[in-house]
Amino acid sequence: MIPTWAQIGYLVAAVCFIVALKALSSPRSARAGNLLGAAGAVLAVIITFVAYKPDHLTPILIALAAGTVVGVVGSRRVQMTHMPQLVALFNGVGGGAAALVALMELGEVSDDATVAAIATAFTILVGAVSFSGSIVTFAKLQELMTTRPVTFPGLPVLFIASIIGGIALAGWLVSDPRVWVGVLLCLVGLAVGVMLVLPVGGADVPIVISLLNAFTGLTVAAGGYVLGNTLLLVAGTLVGAAGTLLTKLMADAMGRSVFNILFGAVRGGSTLG
Amino acid sequence: MTESIALLTIFVLAAFVGVEVISKVSSTLHTPLMSGANAIHGVILVGAIIVTGQADSAIVVVVGLLAVVLATVNMVGGFVVTDRMLQMFRGPGARKKELRK
Repeated sequence: MIPTWAQIGYLVAAVCFIVALKALSSPRSARAGNLLGAAGAVLAVIITFVAYKPDHLTPILIALAAGTVVGVVGSRRVQMTHMPQLVALFNGVGGGAAALVALMELGEVSDDATVAAIATAFTILVGAVSFSGSIVTFAKLQELMTTRPVTFPGLPVLFIASIIGGIALAGWLVSDPRVWVGVLLCLVGLAVGVMLVLPVGGADVPIVISLLNAFTGLTVAAGGYVLGNTLLLVAGTLVGAAGTLLTKLMADAMGRSVFNILFGAVRGGSTLG
Repeated sequence: MTESIALLTIFVLAAFVGVEVISKVSSTLHTPLMSGANAIHGVILVGAIIVTGQADSAIVVVVGLLAVVLATVNMVGGFVVTDRMLQMFRGPGARKKELRK
């Protein structure tokens, strides 16, 4: 459907992302790596405009400009000490964007494409989890709410019930792709995200940001599968895999296990942050 | 069917690459690496542009434009904030150059 030159351009962008992650792992090359990643992203966006020739070009460009202004001003103005919560916020809006893209694709999924329908449901659910979870981590780090673990009696039961409900709704969505089921799934995902992060103490929040970052990566990968877009698939999978390992490395560096960080407070352990 | 197998193959191989490329990260770079990876998944912007560009009904266009704004904030903000973090991690070479100036 899209021309060969564009697919090759996407491949170049994907290689930029891989090299960028590699370069970001070493102090000497980290800054150049980040710039290479940005170059790959710009290349990908330009290719998309030329190859897909999208309708509604002017509104899209205005939205792009608005997002750029918010992103640049937000990250330039923020104090050094407030950067982790800004990353959380950026991660959240990315997850939200992925969920919205999947919701819009619901009408497009044909009946015989079961895998694509599963990927759509996954993107909506996990994208929503990442969005609301990131907003709560932002609120904790910005001290808009208490940084101590928040639990209440029945939270574990409600949490598990919501996850089961989410999976059931996802199954319904796969067999019968209706938009309102998708919206409902999105709402359940938002609730799960809040309940996932509430019991986490303030000191452990960076690790949760990393975990949600990996979640968003996987939703982007699933979104790429739905759209048949190899760049989104590769970039999302890279971030999903690298983010999962990074989460473990960060937890190891603090001498904690990821499971204990997430569920320690619920089990009654000591996770005061 | 072959196309979905091809996509699945890409997924599995990319997962191995993702684990491999960051396996030797030094612990001082954990936060910038997380931030850089966060910026990279902002490329969902490509997906947002594609679906908005194919949308017919007004409400879908509005939702799509919202997705474009959110994804752009993720991508642009992510790279800029990572760059700011990394200004603290400049290698010895860069610092010497600055001293000479």
